[in-house]
Amino acid sequence: MYWHWFKSGCALALCFLLAIILVKPIGVSTQFVIVDGIVLSAFDNQLVVAEKSEGNVISGYRSSNAYLNKSNGKYAKAIAEPLNYGLAFVVSMLLDGFIGGYFQKKSTDNPIKQLPDFHERRFGHSRPFRYAITFFSGVIVLLGARLAGGCTSGHMMSGMMQTAVSGYAFALAAFAIAIPTAILVYRQ
Amino acid sequence: MEIVIAVILGTLFGFVLQRIGAADPEKITGMLGLTDLHLMKAILSGIGIASFFLFLGLMSEWIDAGHLSIKSMYWGVIVGGAMLGFGWALAGFCPGTGIVAAGAGRMDAVFFLIGGLIGAGIYTIFYESLLGTWLFESVLGGKATLATTGSSTALITADSSQFYAMLLGLMMVVFARSLPERLR
Repeated sequence: MYWHWFKSGCALALCFLLAIILVKPIGVSTQFVIVDGIVLSAFDNQLVVAEKSEGNVISGYRSSNAYLNKSNGKYAKAIAEPLNYGLAFVVSMLLDGFIGGYFQKKSTDNPIKQLPDFHERRFGHSRPFRYAITFFSGVIVLLGARLAGGCTSGHMMSGMMQTAVSGYAFALAAFAIAIPTAILVYRQ
Repeated sequence: MEIVIAVILGTLFGFVLQRIGAADPEKITGMLGLTDLHLMKAILSGIGIASFFLFLGLMSEWIDAGHLSIKSMYWGVIVGGAMLGFGWALAGFCPGTGIVAAGAGRMDAVFFLIGGLIGAGIYTIFYESLLGTWLFESVLGGKATLATTGSSTALITADSSQFYAMLLGLMMVVFARSLPERLR
């Protein structure tokens, strides 16, 4: 079963503290943009280009897209050099899920249920409908996270631990919509 | 070296998300539907404990203040946060937990990630036309924090502001402890 809430809290705190002590605050949602950029630059070799000549360019890369070009081409650089901290962090999370999931499948006490109970109660046994909901949610969640400049990790956890006003505002806005949505849609 | 740290930290974070139940959509909708506050207690106490030790470290100068990074506050934070909240409640995944769940072999999480890549792509395309709109107007002091961090405008200007941040961290843990297992 899952850890006790206090043990869980301590473990979360350890992750976020270690990250900030060693490198920088944890953030995840930026990497969705980086992966998009890596995929798209395979089709458009002009999307991200090296720019070594200009003296004031910090990253050494620029992009024809304004978003990838922001902060002196920070994202452009991550796309051109995919073996970087942020992407390695997120890929490790994915592999981790894979290994953890493997052991969870082997143990009988807590198997992964492909169709969650809350979905079955409300929408029946249709898997494609669940996939349609999560796909649509994924679009909205990442649109929101990018507009806000961070997600649950970057804004809520990392932000609030640093007492950032943006972190509190993000958490309030997210919960203010998420709680009524969950209650109305998946009411028992 | 940085890559090695990334792999270690990413592995630790993914493992923890899985063990606390954050990669389980049942636990997320339970928290948001107020029928199972286990994760709410975990997240609140996690932020509180991390904040306590962060500011303890800053006060005693064994944490490098240059490692902190404060995000700006503008209207888009509120609108984006609300959008994320809507999808979070519908799917039971947020970006980080969706990645771990997809790795564990959840097909619904794989669809969530594909949707996420498309959402991030749409934003990347339309970013330029959003620039200059009210969404990017700074509010509540922009890059502001309650306590002094060294890289932000501190709203509490007293010398002891970092001590207050530690107290706030403790209060969050106490509040998390006082929350019941469920509200509905």
